[in-house]
Amino acid sequence: MKITMVQALNQALTQEMARDERFVLLGEDVGLDGGVFRVTDGLFQKFGADRVMDTPLAESGLMGVAIGMAAFGLLPIVEIQFLGFIYPAFNQILSHVARLRNRTRGRYPMPLVIRTPYGAGVRALEHHSESTEALFCQIPGLTVIVPSTPHDAKGLLIASLRSEEPVIFLEPSRLYRAEKQEVPDDPYEVPLREARIVREGADLTIIGWGAMVPVMEKAAEEAAGRGVSAEILDLRTLAPLDREAILASVRKTGRAVVVHEAPKTCGLGAEISALIAENALLSLQAPVARVTGPDITVPLPKTEDYYYVNPGRVLAGILKTMEF
Amino acid sequence: MLQILNEEGKVRAGAEPALAEEDLRKMYRLMVLTRATDAKALKLQRQGRMGTYASSLGHEACQIGTAFPLRPEDYFFPYFRDLGTYLTLGYPLADYYHYWMGNEAGLRTPAGLNIFPFAIPVASQIPQSVGAAMAARRLKRKNAVVCTFGDGATSEGDFHEGLNFAGVFQTPNVFVCYNNQWAISTPRSRQTASETISQKAAAYGFPGVQVDGNDVLAVYAAVSQALDRARAGDGPTLIEAVTYRMGHHTTSDDATRYRPDDDLKAWEARDPLRRLQIYLRDRGEWDEAFEKVVQDAAAEAVEKAVAEAESRPVATPEDLFAFTYKVMPPVLGEQLAELKRSLAGEAGQ
Repeated sequence: MKITMVQALNQALTQEMARDERFVLLGEDVGLDGGVFRVTDGLFQKFGADRVMDTPLAESGLMGVAIGMAAFGLLPIVEIQFLGFIYPAFNQILSHVARLRNRTRGRYPMPLVIRTPYGAGVRALEHHSESTEALFCQIPGLTVIVPSTPHDAKGLLIASLRSEEPVIFLEPSRLYRAEKQEVPDDPYEVPLREARIVREGADLTIIGWGAMVPVMEKAAEEAAGRGVSAEILDLRTLAPLDREAILASVRKTGRAVVVHEAPKTCGLGAEISALIAENALLSLQAPVARVTGPDITVPLPKTEDYYYVNPGRVLAGILKTMEF
Repeated sequence: MLQILNEEGKVRAGAEPALAEEDLRKMYRLMVLTRATDAKALKLQRQGRMGTYASSLGHEACQIGTAFPLRPEDYFFPYFRDLGTYLTLGYPLADYYHYWMGNEAGLRTPAGLNIFPFAIPVASQIPQSVGAAMAARRLKRKNAVVCTFGDGATSEGDFHEGLNFAGVFQTPNVFVCYNNQWAISTPRSRQTASETISQKAAAYGFPGVQVDGNDVLAVYAAVSQALDRARAGDGPTLIEAVTYRMGHHTTSDDATRYRPDDDLKAWEARDPLRRLQIYLRDRGEWDEAFEKVVQDAAAEAVEKAVAEAESRPVATPEDLFAFTYKVMPPVLGEQLAELKRSLAGEAGQ
């Protein structure tokens, strides 16, 4: 059936919660309201208030509670309403979720999934548009996932829920209802830590994830009209990175453009550029280009487009790299 | 403030908890062992054999009184100044030393004990303990969850968020604040304008109790009663155990910079060990011979634990990498190999 990303995520949650009673879902407005984006729609009715819990408005408390649950027999799924509201919980994530497996030498692993929408392009209020994935990618122990299609969203969420790793699952709010895609009804996993080649090409590799993938596809389409064959790599897992996929593609094409919404400085693009420089320098025919948000606060809706990476900016990055 | 043994070790009439003689003697032995373990840790630190260490001196009644009524199936969420609680619950002394000597392996709770590892960040264990209680209830277990913290922790957001969750979900939690008057150099008066810490419970919709934290019987009685409430499904309790930090914050601190000189003298007179000792003596349960047996046993246990902790191998490079993820990613494998090459190179020089 053709469904949206919201529906695909809802299917994944419904099927996994039905499969294993240890899964509990907690967050703000996830119950009767079904979440502000309706990702948890119907779960409260299906699984009851004991397993789908509306919590007090307290992100640190919520994350702490999830840690205690994960340590003592449950598999919590936390919804943080927007990535912009996760920061009160940052200490719980950085100091505890990510470290507990190691600091207890495996006695208390943290099998929990933290879902949250992220990113610009939906004309939202302040603090609803940021893309701060890099903050989480530098924390040892965390797995950071970003889907870009309904199919991947369902399969990656199921794989995350089954992984027994602590996962930060970032959902591109711009893509929640952007397209419908054929998605298998039955549960399935899309493997973690594996990038996906969205489009094969010979001249250049465009590397990105999440809401940038459709932007990259449009840019690649336009580049094709100008005789450039661009390969598109959707990373899907941002930490730990699928280094082999990145390097294999760049070794083949000899050029790379990294695209992300987040500010350029210390964004994940810097890590990817360094990875390529360290391991594939002699394959490169041009410097690695980064097409990213500027190092400024995401503007309010009237000028959001000044900030947002669009196909034209990606195309400019492609052409500049080809002309080097 | 709930008190059963006054500062002279005399019992308030009719207030004694129902404890067998053997239990009272066991409490005393644990308090002596805690003090001996603590004193040894400070010595080892000065000799360079122990890392930075947070002393529990003066907290023995809080710690033993809190841990003593727990059952094996209960969960315990300690903080970093909880030596006596760990020992009462049966945590191996050698493991405890091993951690403070700088080894993660010492923090791996042995099978059969439900002690969540203490953390250095302040108050974060409070909401975690509430989640554990919610999990226990969801899994239809009958246990309670005890969480400890200091007075400084009550200023943290996680104290509020954790107690608020506990009140909303009526969880089987017992929160015990060891109010030792200091958060490093910051006095209790700078943490809150509330008259007591226990009164804060009213805002979360459950009872708060203030007890004399140097009276092990009072702490035991308050925690026992709170555990009964929790197990009966009557919800959480906040207990404030009023005590005094007789040592520095840690071995890196110098309390003489900020602590009034008179304080130590005043609180030495309220020493929790002496109080229980007088009580036992008055009951004919304590004499010099008993004291010698207890002291010798503690000293022997401490020496044995030090020897064991110091003889353990330090972690291998593999140990440092193996527990970061469930499945180690290739990049960590490469970094591990690099570390090993580097170590081999150093060894060869």
